[in-house]
Amino acid sequence: MTPPLFKLARALAATLLSVLLTIIGLLFVTFLIGRVMPVDPVLAIVGERASQEMYEAAYRSLGLDQPLYVQFWIFLKSVAAGDFGMSTLTARPVAEDVLRVFPATLELATLATIIGVCFGVPMGVISAVHEGRWPDHLVRLFGLFGYSMPVFWIGLMGLLVFYGILGWVGGPGRLDIYYEDIIPPVTGMILIDSLIAGDMTIFWNAVSHIILPASILGYYSLAYISRMTRSFMLEQLSQEYITTARVKGLSERAVIWRHALGNVMIPLITVVALSYATLLEGSVLTEVIFAWPGIGQYITNALLSADLNAVLGGTVVVGLVFILLNLLSDLLYKIVDPRAR
Amino acid sequence: MRFQRSLLAAALSTALALPMTLPFTQAEAATPPNMLVIANRIDDIVSLDPHELFEFAGTDYANNVYDTLVVFDPADLSSGYQPGLAESWSVSEDGKTFTFKMRSGISFHSGNPVTAKDAEYSLRRVVALEKTPSFILTQFGFNKENMAETIRATDDGTLVITTDKKYAPSFVLNCFTAAVASIVDSKTVQEHEKDGDWGNEWLRTNSAGSGAYKLINWKPNESYSLQAAGNYWRGDVAMQRVIVRHIAESSAQRLLLEKGDIDVARNLSPEDVAGLSSDENVKVEDTLRGRIMYFSMNQKDPVLSKPKVVEALKYLVDYKGMEGSFLKGQYTVHQAFLPLTYMGELKDQPYSFDVDKAKALLAEAGEGDGFEVELIVRNAQERVEISQSLQNTFAQAGITATITQGTGKQTLGKYRSRDFQIYVGLWGPDYPDPHTNADTFANNPDNSDEAQLTGKLAWRNAWDIPEMTKRTDAAVQETDAKVRAQMYVDIQKDFQKVAPFAPMFQQVQQNAMRANVNGFNPGAAITAVFYWPVTK
Repeated sequence: MTPPLFKLARALAATLLSVLLTIIGLLFVTFLIGRVMPVDPVLAIVGERASQEMYEAAYRSLGLDQPLYVQFWIFLKSVAAGDFGMSTLTARPVAEDVLRVFPATLELATLATIIGVCFGVPMGVISAVHEGRWPDHLVRLFGLFGYSMPVFWIGLMGLLVFYGILGWVGGPGRLDIYYEDIIPPVTGMILIDSLIAGDMTIFWNAVSHIILPASILGYYSLAYISRMTRSFMLEQLSQEYITTARVKGLSERAVIWRHALGNVMIPLITVVALSYATLLEGSVLTEVIFAWPGIGQYITNALLSADLNAVLGGTVVVGLVFILLNLLSDLLYKIVDPRAR
Repeated sequence: MRFQRSLLAAALSTALALPMTLPFTQAEAATPPNMLVIANRIDDIVSLDPHELFEFAGTDYANNVYDTLVVFDPADLSSGYQPGLAESWSVSEDGKTFTFKMRSGISFHSGNPVTAKDAEYSLRRVVALEKTPSFILTQFGFNKENMAETIRATDDGTLVITTDKKYAPSFVLNCFTAAVASIVDSKTVQEHEKDGDWGNEWLRTNSAGSGAYKLINWKPNESYSLQAAGNYWRGDVAMQRVIVRHIAESSAQRLLLEKGDIDVARNLSPEDVAGLSSDENVKVEDTLRGRIMYFSMNQKDPVLSKPKVVEALKYLVDYKGMEGSFLKGQYTVHQAFLPLTYMGELKDQPYSFDVDKAKALLAEAGEGDGFEVELIVRNAQERVEISQSLQNTFAQAGITATITQGTGKQTLGKYRSRDFQIYVGLWGPDYPDPHTNADTFANNPDNSDEAQLTGKLAWRNAWDIPEMTKRTDAAVQETDAKVRAQMYVDIQKDFQKVAPFAPMFQQVQQNAMRANVNGFNPGAAITAVFYWPVTK
């Protein structure tokens, strides 16, 4: 094995190991929470009217008579097999439920992040370049508004104005209700599924429904991203290499967009990944207002009705998404920043 | 610098112009003419098995996918139970054996014919599964041990039911209209049985009925879709598809309705209903529901047990004031324990807000100087508001009331252990027969503490009523339905005079719908919604 290849393999192994350890840690904490919560998992399965024999049989079949580490092992094995047990709330396997609700959140969060990045980064740059002047104030005010408005208010107002009065966008829900259940679910993301099915009517209908909640969530991430971009840019713009570049007679465009922004990209990746991950947890209020059947609503409902399996399943999935995004931003780091390779 | 300025301008103008350039700018939408789209809160549905579900949204579903032996006619709910899958029945002389003749020529959605064997299987299934609503049938003495003899199909067209003692036939038949008495397709369900679960796991998410609609899709907490099954024996079905979508927010339901994206909104707040009054494309129909709001006085209390005090407090309620203000559109004044639309309903409202009369009664009772009393109430908004109104009106006659709020568990705990003075609460009937409320409000066979009849409201209030108990027991055995209905009217009239209960309001539900929706019947207090008679 040649040394560079060996180095790469070692780096890969180290990354995989750290991911694996993080996942086991996540599962262990989730498992402990499940044991600490004052909900009887046996009662949830057999019902309150079950006889003592039925109760004990279910108690044993769940492995609850075993020591804790054995129970954790059973939990690990079933999670590895994709089995989170049955949800008492929906009477379906939790894994199936999560697969149904997560794509809705994924679709929304992805579009929101794209909007946040496309508008947030240029706005942050402009703000930094014009520090202290009106474009800066305008962008900061716009961001501040995004930070401080309660999401349910913006959501309701947005619905009222753009759907209720102007009729530019679709109403609550992922589609007009009478379009529901027409295209076969493949990915669970309606935008993609309708393209696969070649049904443009449904595609545009889905776009009309997602654009408003995605813009509102995108506005929040825009506020955060533009603020962070601004401060990263300010830091870069005061560096000596920028002065050097200007002295060398480079155009202002090249100085700002290539030199300064190029260096800002690295910390920005983390910011974007974090904001994306937060959106992927599901924004409960937005989901309620827009009747968006995503994972945020699912976990909240499960929590309120003490549906332990669903809470644990949802938590594990959200945790995995965090880990995955961290991994992804690490990889991007290495691509963008030669020093990190 | 010019570049950045132009970039800024470009970004802003894109943001502003984006919605205008999208190709879906739409005028007022409308749902397809043969489809009914409903917004409702359906997150209470945990199972679609008709022998398990017991929540409002669930019984709505069952009422349209399954049939029962005995049914209510949506065109005339007040005429009471009518022949359903059973075209006729007879009752033996001892009043214990019911023989149902099945209607012929009806099929399940699978194509299997509906026979007495299916009815036998279905009713035995209820008994064997022992799910929450099973008591509605097992109160007639059916259990796992005797069901082979007590519920039996003697041939494909005849079902024979034997109860443990004599009951009023109207009582038994009313209970057979409940969703829990739905007849399921035994062949299909048996094909999906697993470990002796009577197909419960499968039927929780699938359908096997003979109703107007079959289930085509069910997404928990999200929506269910129904498709007309074709050739429905009860009439033409105009709406070929029904989608019920979970929309939690009242304001979102209202917007969807205003825009014509849904046909019916079922959970509008009074504010949103008021906001719709000027929209001529929308109409609002009130329907009565079964819940009764009341307050009751513990008869263990030396002051509250004085009949004149009990009577006085009933005059110290601002019935109309509450109905016209914070309860507007949610409750209507009603002073009897049976909800209106129930057999034996009583519309009399002998009490009105009358401070002078109350003062005179208190003086007669020797309590003219007033007294102190504690109201316990669950921390639900309208109940707390009612308690505050009572506190205010009681004070006008010199009665100082303190309000103690608690969670449902806390207040119910005190109520059930008879450890309270005045309880402000809500009672909903369990099944569509007057016995469901008469048995709890006006029946108390043993008033001793040891009896622990905690399920009965009369016992919880320590109301000792041997005579009235006999009358409610007699009513539940009366064979003549008309006579029986009159017995409940008479019981309620006496109840109004002497009971330490003051029923105040009956719940109202406001369903808002597009003006072109006709025949939408939510089922009033006794049954659930019917989708099949709807036209647009």
